[in-house]
Amino acid sequence: MAKASPAPPTRPVDGVPTRLPHERVIRAVCFLCAAISIATTIGIILTLGTQAVEFFTKTKVSLGEFLTGTEWSPNFLDPKFGVLPLVCGTLLITVGACVVAVPLGLLTAIYLAEYAQPQVRRIVKPVLELLAGIPTVVYGYVALIHLTPLLRKVIPDLQIFNALSGSIVVGIMILPLVSSLCEDAISAVPRGLREGGYGLGSTKLEVTMRIVLPSALSGIMAGFILAISRAIGETMAVSLAAGQRPTLTTDYRQSIETMTAYIVQVSKGDTPSGSVESLTVFAVGAALFVVTFSLNILAQWLVRKYRKVYV
Amino acid sequence: MSPTGYRKFRKFKSGLFGALCMFAVLVAAAVLIGLLWTIFQGGIGKVTPQFLTSFPSRLPNQAGVKAAIYGSLWVVGLTAVISIPIGIAAAVYLEEYKIRDSKLSSFIQLNISNLAGVPSIVYGLLGLEVFVRAAKLDRSVLAGALTMSLLILPMIIIVTQEALRAVPRTIREASYGLGATRWQTIRFQVIPAALPGIMTGIILSLSRAIGESAPLITIGAVTFISFTPNSPASKFTVLPIQIFDWTSRPQKGFQEAAAGAIVVLIALLLVLNSAAILIRARARRM
Repeated sequence: MAKASPAPPTRPVDGVPTRLPHERVIRAVCFLCAAISIATTIGIILTLGTQAVEFFTKTKVSLGEFLTGTEWSPNFLDPKFGVLPLVCGTLLITVGACVVAVPLGLLTAIYLAEYAQPQVRRIVKPVLELLAGIPTVVYGYVALIHLTPLLRKVIPDLQIFNALSGSIVVGIMILPLVSSLCEDAISAVPRGLREGGYGLGSTKLEVTMRIVLPSALSGIMAGFILAISRAIGETMAVSLAAGQRPTLTTDYRQSIETMTAYIVQVSKGDTPSGSVESLTVFAVGAALFVVTFSLNILAQWLVRKYRKVYV
Repeated sequence: MSPTGYRKFRKFKSGLFGALCMFAVLVAAAVLIGLLWTIFQGGIGKVTPQFLTSFPSRLPNQAGVKAAIYGSLWVVGLTAVISIPIGIAAAVYLEEYKIRDSKLSSFIQLNISNLAGVPSIVYGLLGLEVFVRAAKLDRSVLAGALTMSLLILPMIIIVTQEALRAVPRTIREASYGLGATRWQTIRFQVIPAALPGIMTGIILSLSRAIGESAPLITIGAVTFISFTPNSPASKFTVLPIQIFDWTSRPQKGFQEAAAGAIVVLIALLLVLNSAAILIRARARRM
C-alpha cells in the first residue's frame, strides 16, 4: 500500500498577504459592503418587529386572536383583526399555482435533463427564462383582462375577481423556477447510477422513476419549496386578478385577498404613519416574512443535505 | 404476456412518458407565445408618438407614459449607481478575501441567499420605515432607488460571485508569482476576466428592478404625475405602477393604455436582455 502523501494545499492563494496599507482599507470597504446584507436582515426584522409590537399594543389584540381570528375587517367601527382570511387567500393562490407549476415544471425538467437533444435544450432554456423575465404586473393584466373573461365562458358563475385566474398566472410565473431548479437537481445525479440501471436492462422511464428521481428527491423538494415561497410572496398579479375581499373560503370562483394584496391595498390609500391601518400592514408583513424566511431556510437545509451525498 | 411482449410494453410506456414530457414543454412554449401575442395584439396599436410623449390624463385617449418612462429610467439609473459598486465589492470580499471556514463569512453567505428569497413587498415595508420616514427622504426617486438597491443587491452579489468563481485559479497564481499583491491581482486580473459574466448578471438584475413595482407602491410612489423627475428628490411613478393603475380602472380605454404601456415596458426589457445576450456571446468567443 502506498504511503499517504501530505494533502496538497487546496487554496494556495489564501496565503498571500495584503501587503500595502491601503490594501487593508480596500479590504475593509469590501467587508462593509458585504455586511450591508446583514444590516438589511436586521433592518427588516427590527422594522417589522417594532411596528408589529406597536400594532398589538395599540389595538389590544392578542397574538392568539391575530393568528386564529376568522374575520379581517380593520376599517369597521368594531374592527376585527383575525389574519386567517388573508392566510387562506394566500394558501388558495399557492396551492392553485402549485397544481399548475409542479407537474408541468417537473416534466419539463425531466425532458430537458433526460430526453432532450442538446440543440433542443439550447432553445427551450432561454424560452423558459423569458417567461421568468416578464414583470408580474403583466401577468396580472393578462389574468384580469384576458384570462378571466375566457374562463367565465366555461364557468359562468366565476366572479370578475377570483382566486382561479390569479393562481393560474402565478403558476405560470413560478413554472420556470420549478423547472430550472429541478433540472439542476436531476443533472447533478451521477451518470454512473443511470448507466447501472441501463446495464440491468431498464427502460428510460424506469431509470428516471426508480433511480434518478429518488436520488434527486431532496433537490427537487428544495425547488418546490422555493417556488412555494415565491408564490406566497407574489404581489402584483394577485392584487389585480384575485380581488380585495378577505374571505375564508375554499371556493376558487370567489374573490379573495392575499396577505400581499392587503399590503398593496393599504399602501395605495395613503394612510398616515402610526395609524392603526398602517400598523396592520407591518403585522401582516411580519407574518409573511416569517413564513417565507422559514421556507427558504428549509429549502437551503435540504439542498445542503443533498449536496453532501454526491461529493 | 410473453417476455418479449412485456419488454415491448415497457419500452412503449417509456416512449409514452417521453412524449408526455415533451408535451409539457410544448404547453409552456404555447403559453409564452399566447401571452406575448395577446399583449402585442392589444397594445401595439396604442404605442404612438403621442402616447410616448404625453402625461397621464383623466381621458384615456389622451393619457401617455412620458412620466412613467422618465420615472423608470431615473429609478433604474440611480439603482445601478448605488447597487453595482456595493454588489461587486461585497462579492469580491466573499470570493477573494474571505478567510477559509470563517463563521462570519459563511453566515453572510447564508444570509445573502436568504435575502434573495424575501418577498419584494417586504423590502418595500423596510424602505417605507427607513428611507421614507426615518431618513425623511419622502416619496422621492432616491428613496425608491435605495429600496430597489436593497432588493437586487443579493442577486447582484450572487451572480458576481459566480463570475469570479469561474476565473481559473492559474490566472491568480501567475499574478501572485509576478509579485502582484492581492488587490492588484483582483483589480487587474480577476475582475477584467470576470467582467462579461458580471455585466450579464447586473443587466439581468436591473431588468428585474425595471419590472418590479410592489416595493415602490409600498413606499408610496404616486400614479398620477404630470411632470418628469428632475432630481433624486422628485416625486415619481414608474411603468409597472402606471400599468397597475390603468389595469385596475374599469374603463376600456385605460385597459388599452395599459396594454400599450406593457408593450413599452417589454420593449425596454428586450433591449436590456439582448445586450446581456450579446455580451455573453462575445465573451464565449474570446
